[in-house]
Amino acid sequence: MNNTQTAPKVMKETKNKIRVDFERTPLLERLKAKLINMYTVKRVVWYLFRFLLLLGISYIILFPFFSKITSSFMPPEDLVDVTVRLVPKHPTLDTYGAIIRENSYFEALGNTFMLSFLCAIMQTFVCCFIAYGFAKFKFKGNGILFLLVIFTMVVPHATLSLSITTKFKYFDIFGIIQLITGSKLSLLNTNWPLYILSLTGLAYKNGLFIFMLRQFYRGIPDELEESAYLDGSGIFKTFFKIIIPLSGTMMITVFMFSFCWQWTDNFYTDILYSITGPTLLPDIIKVPKSLNTNYAGGALYTAAIKNACGMLIIVPLIILYLFGQRYIIQGIERSGLTAD
Amino acid sequence: MNLNIEAATRGKKQKLIINAPRKKRKRATSLDVKKARAGWIFVLPFVIGFFFIYLPIIFDSIRFSFNEMQMVIGGGYKLIFVGLENYHNALFADPNFVTTLLSGVKQLILDVPSIVIFSLFVALILNQKIAGRAAFRAIFFIPVILTTGLISEIDAGNILASIQGSTAGIDDGSGQTSTAAEIVSVMDFEALFSNMMIGTEIVEYVVGLVNNIFNIVNRCGVQMLIFLSGLQSISPAIYESCSIDGASGWETFWKITLPMMSPMILVNSIYTIIDSFTSSDNHVMAYIASVMEQSGGDVLASAMYWIYFLIVIIIVAAVAGLLSAFVFYQRKD
Repeated sequence: MNNTQTAPKVMKETKNKIRVDFERTPLLERLKAKLINMYTVKRVVWYLFRFLLLLGISYIILFPFFSKITSSFMPPEDLVDVTVRLVPKHPTLDTYGAIIRENSYFEALGNTFMLSFLCAIMQTFVCCFIAYGFAKFKFKGNGILFLLVIFTMVVPHATLSLSITTKFKYFDIFGIIQLITGSKLSLLNTNWPLYILSLTGLAYKNGLFIFMLRQFYRGIPDELEESAYLDGSGIFKTFFKIIIPLSGTMMITVFMFSFCWQWTDNFYTDILYSITGPTLLPDIIKVPKSLNTNYAGGALYTAAIKNACGMLIIVPLIILYLFGQRYIIQGIERSGLTAD
Repeated sequence: MNLNIEAATRGKKQKLIINAPRKKRKRATSLDVKKARAGWIFVLPFVIGFFFIYLPIIFDSIRFSFNEMQMVIGGGYKLIFVGLENYHNALFADPNFVTTLLSGVKQLILDVPSIVIFSLFVALILNQKIAGRAAFRAIFFIPVILTTGLISEIDAGNILASIQGSTAGIDDGSGQTSTAAEIVSVMDFEALFSNMMIGTEIVEYVVGLVNNIFNIVNRCGVQMLIFLSGLQSISPAIYESCSIDGASGWETFWKITLPMMSPMILVNSIYTIIDSFTSSDNHVMAYIASVMEQSGGDVLASAMYWIYFLIVIIIVAAVAGLLSAFVFYQRKD
């Protein structure tokens, strides 16, 4: 028991004041004890591991975009030059110019924008409407109808591609149209098939939207609507005045999903539009006539041109995503998606 | 005359008296009935769409798979009933379909756990506090929004990216440069792990996963969102009481997070199966699409789609049955 060394020294400085000197462990040792233990080391290593992992995966996600951006600025010489890898030596805008001029880019952009915007607006409102019905009202057949929504989510539209085409090529409802016009209506090469699918909540992944929104609406307390009813507001007024403003974030999320998915869609545009139809964004992915790819390393140049097309297609979406991504994350987090 | 008028008015009065209560009964609809009606109006768009558009489409698709289709010159088409011939052709006459189908199903079964586990892992990490979390989240959801349809098609045929991605700077001692497509050299790992008696198939599976990481990350977006929202809904009070009782992070994960996330795992497994089954970069789907483009192949393709769909539904049912035995539901009251 060697207490003499650790015991504090007491010195009398003045009459009323004493000074006590504790023997403190040196700073270095204190830091050692604090930092070099299993707990801290574990935490730091785990933090670094997490950070590096996220960084690595981010690289994997972003790399195709870097590749698209840089290669789209490369002239043919750079592509065959082995010393050029990611950064072009002679950056050029020729590829973009040719695509915009010869592949009627702006026409396609306008058409696709109209189509995607209208479809997304319709899908957002219709899905909100349907989901609210499923979430807040008890009626006979609620459960069965919701199972049917899940069913539309499960059956892939690729399975139905042939029958979707024939359905809209010879469009008819109970022979009414045939009675009026004498023949069945062909809706191919128009936007109507997609509008009809959007209006009835059957378009691409709408089942998922309905599911998400239903979960969200179930999280809104019933008392809110009940107090609105007591104040004399009808069911629909309550929906438009109270529920819709509440679900802004979720609606932006659904809008962005449906807009972007319609924008880059190639399945429906493939089966519902032919060459004679309106020019849409999938149509601009081709090599412009003024660019020559007919040489030994031409495949690379074709790839670079396609990358430039891809960039032209997603630039509007990237801008949209930069503005909207925080709503997506918030919207998803607030939906409180649960499996019940 | 007076008497007659009186009698007539009396009769009218009597009628009115009889009618009055009946009218009242009609008007009195309870709130429940009103709400049920409103509910029907809300879901009406879907009901109309489902019964007038979707059901005929499904019905047609099934019908086509039992028929032979002939285009009529004046417009329209004619169907000739051939029974199960298309199915027979798909399963026995087509040389590649069955093998493609089997390998596709095997790939599906191998992919699903890796995607679900990976997305759970990433969601867990993204849910913790880390520098630049918002930026990482924004990056991780890019594939959901941007790498779809057209763009994934362009990416798939992008030979430039694989050239640019080759890591020229890294010298692995052999004097050759390795490409990003082969992050880990299969041979080394196989040699290493075969000495550990794990079995080459598992090693190949893991190595395949690592090399395929781009694909997996791209397909994880929605699952990650679902897991993240699930993680947010776990009450922090539970974690707090756990740490007071002295549970480590590892124990908390197995005892709290995993059981609480089990409903999400079920949802995500099913979603992943369906999503990878419906995606167009799926080999079986691509093969069927190529069959469709052959002359007279469209009905055959319909039959193939339905065979594939049936198999996937069986897998979904099996997975749902298997997993729901382990799912834990927290009682809300």
